[in-house]
Amino acid sequence: MKFCVCIKQVPDVAAHVQTGRMVLNAYDASAVEAALQLTEAHGGTVHLVLAGPDAAKETIRKALAMGADEATHLVTASDMDSYAVSSLLAEHFEDGDYDVILTGKQSQDTDAGLAGSMLAEHLGRVYATNAVGLAVEGENTLLVTRQGDAGQEIIALPTPCLVTCSNDMNDPRIPSLKGIMASKKKPLNVQAVTPGPGRSELHDTQAPPERKPGIRIDGEPAEQASHLVHLLQDEAGVL
Amino acid sequence: MNTILVAAAVQDGRLKRSTFEVMARAREVAAETGSEVVAAVLHPTARDLAPDLMRHGAVRVYVVEDPVFDRHVNVPVIDALERVVKAALPRLVVAPSTEAFKDVMGALAVRLGAGALPDVSEFGVDGDSVVAVRPVMAAKMLARVSSREPLVLVSVRSGSYEASASPVEGEIVPVDFSCDAGTLRQTLREVLSSGDGEVDLSEARVVVAAGRGIRDEAGRDLVLELADATGAAIGASRAVVETGLFPATAQIGQTGKVVAPDLYFAVGISGAIQHVAGMVNSRVIVAINKDPDAPIFDYATYGIVGDAFKVLPPLIEALRDAGKT
Ligand SMILES: Cc1cc2nc3c(=O)[nH]c(=O)nc-3n(C[C@H](O)[C@H](O)[C@H](O)COP(=O)(O)OP(=O)(O)OC[C@H]3O[C@@H](n4cnc5c(N)ncnc54)[C@H](O)[C@@H]3O)c2cc1C
Ligand SMILES: Nc1ncnc2c1ncn2[C@@H]1O[C@H](COP(=O)(O)O)[C@@H](O)[C@H]1O
Repeated sequence: MKFCVCIKQVPDVAAHVQTGRMVLNAYDASAVEAALQLTEAHGGTVHLVLAGPDAAKETIRKALAMGADEATHLVTASDMDSYAVSSLLAEHFEDGDYDVILTGKQSQDTDAGLAGSMLAEHLGRVYATNAVGLAVEGENTLLVTRQGDAGQEIIALPTPCLVTCSNDMNDPRIPSLKGIMASKKKPLNVQAVTPGPGRSELHDTQAPPERKPGIRIDGEPAEQASHLVHLLQDEAGVL
Repeated sequence: MNTILVAAAVQDGRLKRSTFEVMARAREVAAETGSEVVAAVLHPTARDLAPDLMRHGAVRVYVVEDPVFDRHVNVPVIDALERVVKAALPRLVVAPSTEAFKDVMGALAVRLGAGALPDVSEFGVDGDSVVAVRPVMAAKMLARVSSREPLVLVSVRSGSYEASASPVEGEIVPVDFSCDAGTLRQTLREVLSSGDGEVDLSEARVVVAAGRGIRDEAGRDLVLELADATGAAIGASRAVVETGLFPATAQIGQTGKVVAPDLYFAVGISGAIQHVAGMVNSRVIVAINKDPDAPIFDYATYGIVGDAFKVLPPLIEALRDAGKT
């Protein structure tokens, strides 16, 4: 099967101070890993597509070093909402013949979780979101296990289809030195693009109000227990 | 008159409380903007759920009844919601941010030519914009966002608003719908449900969440007892879900569920940013961790430094005693 994985470069949300360090979106890393595992087992190719500034090339190289075959870099410096991204990607896919398009379930920086299903609707593909398991069944069916509200749903999707991936699906491989060397020779198709308008605006971001400093409860376990129950009843009023 | 349409969340044949939280806010926004609140329910016997929506202020309830809605499959849900929107012509469609709604929101927005503001903690209408606040950067920051599209879809994190009743004489509007299995293109093979009959995480007033510090069955039993003593739903960190001690549906955090109960116990959880993203809006947070430097203590209202295996037994006993009086 022919896979294309949509990958995004995001700020590292786990960094303690805003370091400005940029990384491959963790959910997209799992999507790349899934595509690699399935093509290693059943044959096929893994293409990547990323829309973003010139500096995002680093992230594309990382995903190539994991083992993907080739990549397209849609170069734009514009800020895009999920709708603008999905429209831009839809244009990219118009003449592609990928059996499976994979995306992350959400961007780690915005947690929007929209671009995948938006892209599927633009392209008229069947899709599943929040996949925690993926398997190939026969020639043209993907078996998706998705994490739903009250349990896991196992869905058979005929190709061509689109799946959005959770990081609970796998542990993405760390590129080997050999992979890193090889990635430098892999085909990277660079195209300058101008995204269309989005359908939402971001005005500003602020730190949330700080929580009141907490209370440490010391003593032996039995004392800690009765002290806590007392506080929960009389101070917090939650029991 | 403008219309705000609330898409109800149904689980196990019941309306989820988050539906009523969204209804309560929808009524406020309707009052501010001279709009009316209507609701949509997709369920094999949707009609039965209409009275409860009217009790929370829905002047019309669009019911779409089909056996396909017994379980979540995205294609018919998108088709049905498209029909409801074409019948109700709302300015705003609001829904609880469940996995089921997250699954369809993007596709529905494209289908309807609508704006989409997902997973918000506040929403409102300001002039010709729908405005919202949404946690970003793993909930370390709050973003103010808006959309000027004539139709906007909004999904709301559970616990963002307080549910309250406000009965009206509503009307039931059946929406013509039938699902042709041949056009479905996807098949739901199986549903592996976990924890039938347990307290639903997104509804719970009290959550007891376990982390990797709960390393074995004995630890899990203590966590279950603590949940029983407090009437709590059971949550878990990603690390402990990976061990298989707790089901994936219990996972709380950036990848898992977002909860905001009155009381949250974090037992043997370090407090990684991706976990905190899913629970930081809990009102009272109790952390039990043997490492005094664990980041979870930065968020804890009450912190107990200690071994969970030693702290939990007397705590369970003290809570049970407190419950008796
Ligand atoms: C993209 C992404 C998404 C993620 N999404 C989520 C998510 O949704 N939810 C989530 O939880 N994580 C998520 N994670 C993982 C997260 O980064 C952490 O790895 C995880 O939360 C750690 O779980 P933990 O606190 O149980 O384990 P650890 O970090 O290993 O902490 C265990 C804690 O238990 C304490 N402890 C040990 N023994 C005892 C004892 N006897 N008594 C008391 N305390 C004890 C230790 O001091 C330690 O603090 C995500 C990561 C990524 C990259
Ligand atoms: N700039 C981008 N380039 C390529 N793929 C993207 C981009 N932005 C988002 N995506 C894909 O869409 C997914 C989720 O998007 P979002 O709606 O931003 O949460 C990501 O996990 C990526 O797979």
